[in-house]
Amino acid sequence: MSDGVEPVLDVRDLKTVFHTRGGEIHAVNSVSFHLRPGELLGVVGESGSGKSVTMMSLIRLLPSPPAEVRSGTVMFGGRNLLKATDRELRRLRGREIGFIFQDPMTSLNPVFTVGFQIIEPLRKHMGLNGAQARSRAAELLDLVGIPDARRRLRDFPHQFSGGMRQRVMIAIALACDPKVLIADEPTTALDVTIQAQILELVKDLRRQLGMAIVWITHDLGVIAGIADRVMVMYGGQVVEQAPVRELFADPRHPYTRALLKTVPSVRGQREPKLKVIEGQPPMLGAHPAACPFRFRCEHAFDRCGDENPLRRDVGHGHDVACHWNPAETMVAHG
Amino acid sequence: MFTYTLRRLAFAVPTVLIISLIVFLLLDLAPGDPTADLPLTIPVEVREQIRMALGLGEPVHIRYLKWLEMMLVNEPLHALANMTGWDVTRDAPRILSWQTRSPVGDIIAQRIPQTLWVVGLGYIFGVLIALPIGIISAYRQYSWFDQVGTFVSMVGFSVPTFFTGVVLILVFSVWLGWFPSMYDTTLEVRDWDSFVRQVKQIILPVSVLALFNASQISRFMRASMLDNLNQDYVRTARAKGLKEQTVVLTHVLRNSMIPVVTVIALGIPAVFSGAIITEQIFRVNGLGHALIGAIYANDIPMVQTITFIFAVLIVLFNLIADVLYGLLDPRIRYD
Repeated sequence: MSDGVEPVLDVRDLKTVFHTRGGEIHAVNSVSFHLRPGELLGVVGESGSGKSVTMMSLIRLLPSPPAEVRSGTVMFGGRNLLKATDRELRRLRGREIGFIFQDPMTSLNPVFTVGFQIIEPLRKHMGLNGAQARSRAAELLDLVGIPDARRRLRDFPHQFSGGMRQRVMIAIALACDPKVLIADEPTTALDVTIQAQILELVKDLRRQLGMAIVWITHDLGVIAGIADRVMVMYGGQVVEQAPVRELFADPRHPYTRALLKTVPSVRGQREPKLKVIEGQPPMLGAHPAACPFRFRCEHAFDRCGDENPLRRDVGHGHDVACHWNPAETMVAHG
Repeated sequence: MFTYTLRRLAFAVPTVLIISLIVFLLLDLAPGDPTADLPLTIPVEVREQIRMALGLGEPVHIRYLKWLEMMLVNEPLHALANMTGWDVTRDAPRILSWQTRSPVGDIIAQRIPQTLWVVGLGYIFGVLIALPIGIISAYRQYSWFDQVGTFVSMVGFSVPTFFTGVVLILVFSVWLGWFPSMYDTTLEVRDWDSFVRQVKQIILPVSVLALFNASQISRFMRASMLDNLNQDYVRTARAKGLKEQTVVLTHVLRNSMIPVVTVIALGIPAVFSGAIITEQIFRVNGLGHALIGAIYANDIPMVQTITFIFAVLIVLFNLIADVLYGLLDPRIRYD
């Protein structure tokens, strides 16, 4: 899969389960993906498809218990993160791997100034003294487009608007120049105009700083605008993966196709009703032995209930986990 | 923050005045006669003269205003004179106890140190024990530590102090004979021996109060920590690569302390009033003890004054709690 360039992050066969009163929940099932330096990988899927849990598992940010990362390897900088000690992981978090979370309203600590919260990782990882860290923090706020940066360091999170707080979160995530930035639905909680501003900001920062980004979202419109490559997740597994143009031009998995159809268009005929994918996402009570999408799939046949499809390469860096082959069906129907 | 504090202070003044009126009227309306305890052989006219001499001949509003003046102006001046030796009192009249005919302020001044020592130490120990227990219980929720802590605080909170006090006396004074059952107020700490005696006699009342206070505060601390441990900002702190210690003791604790500090501050007036029962059990000659004695003796000025002091303390510590709240939580600084 990695064509020549050494991936900065390489995840193989990741499995995460949650222990609950009702038994185990298999939230992530054999997820494999990689991230090349400077690349922006979009991860899409509906709520509960395991997008966030996958990313939190890599760096062991899930509360454990109830979460347990059961197997797999996560190679980062020549090391398997799942085998790393807590100390080693702490040295990577915030230093090499930055995080932005969904809700900027609650992701910042309300009782500390924004300056304090940006300075914390700078002092910890970069060994800067107070004055250096302070001027670096002001630079960062300036970089993410917050005017009057030096003065605003003394402000508390509640004195910022939602979009501004997300900019602060981005400044914290980028404080130590990470190699990888994991953005977990960073624009979902923001209104559309602010969303566009944040997207522009991230595109801009990527051009300037060149880090690789994993962008989790359920908004295909956002993905189309910024991603290089897309990974579609369903029921805790990767169902399709392709470069962004390829995916939008030639979606192979019935779920991806359905997902693309649900995006309302501003052009052309107005639909009387928004399109939806009928049915509910699967319960992940056991390790899946069959295709998790079969109950909602219009192309499902016997084999889908017997065997969980493996990801197969369909060329152009595109792979899909589905037994159904659109080409064959086309031939069969003449 | 400063204007906020001033505004709160200004609001406290009418509150205190209204409380003083209620306290005065309520006790004035209560049945009872200051001469009831005197021998029956005293003729009725003499009794009437005694009442007049106690100032009971005047209408109620005059008596209230006089009491208020003595309470708010004269007594503080006398207290100041006693402390500094300045001559500021101009021999202004003082509130006199009907029981002893000596100024109420002096009696209270004698009693406060005992109360502060015993009950205050109980409270301080209670808080010092409660905070770490609450923090660890929340961080290791459902561990054996948490289970034991929960059990002990349930017991400590639900069993009244008059019961735990008597049980401790029975076990440690009667059966084991380790500690005295009575608190001797006249004991002066002069050398090592008297210090050991002082420690021994203070252990039982302090443990009773510490257990009770710790049970309550540790539950608050635990609940508040649990509320905060699952917040998004905790995940952010971990994602920055901070040590678990920093995450919990800086980020989570600072947020969790906001409600707990309020509870602790509001509990301080109870140090003075709520320990009445414990003072009775261990015969601590403190403020609570004085209040009970005054109630038995129909000593209305004494009861009025002590009750009023408790009320002022409650208002004061409410104010302190509000100010602390503002200091700890930047979102609350109404300016």
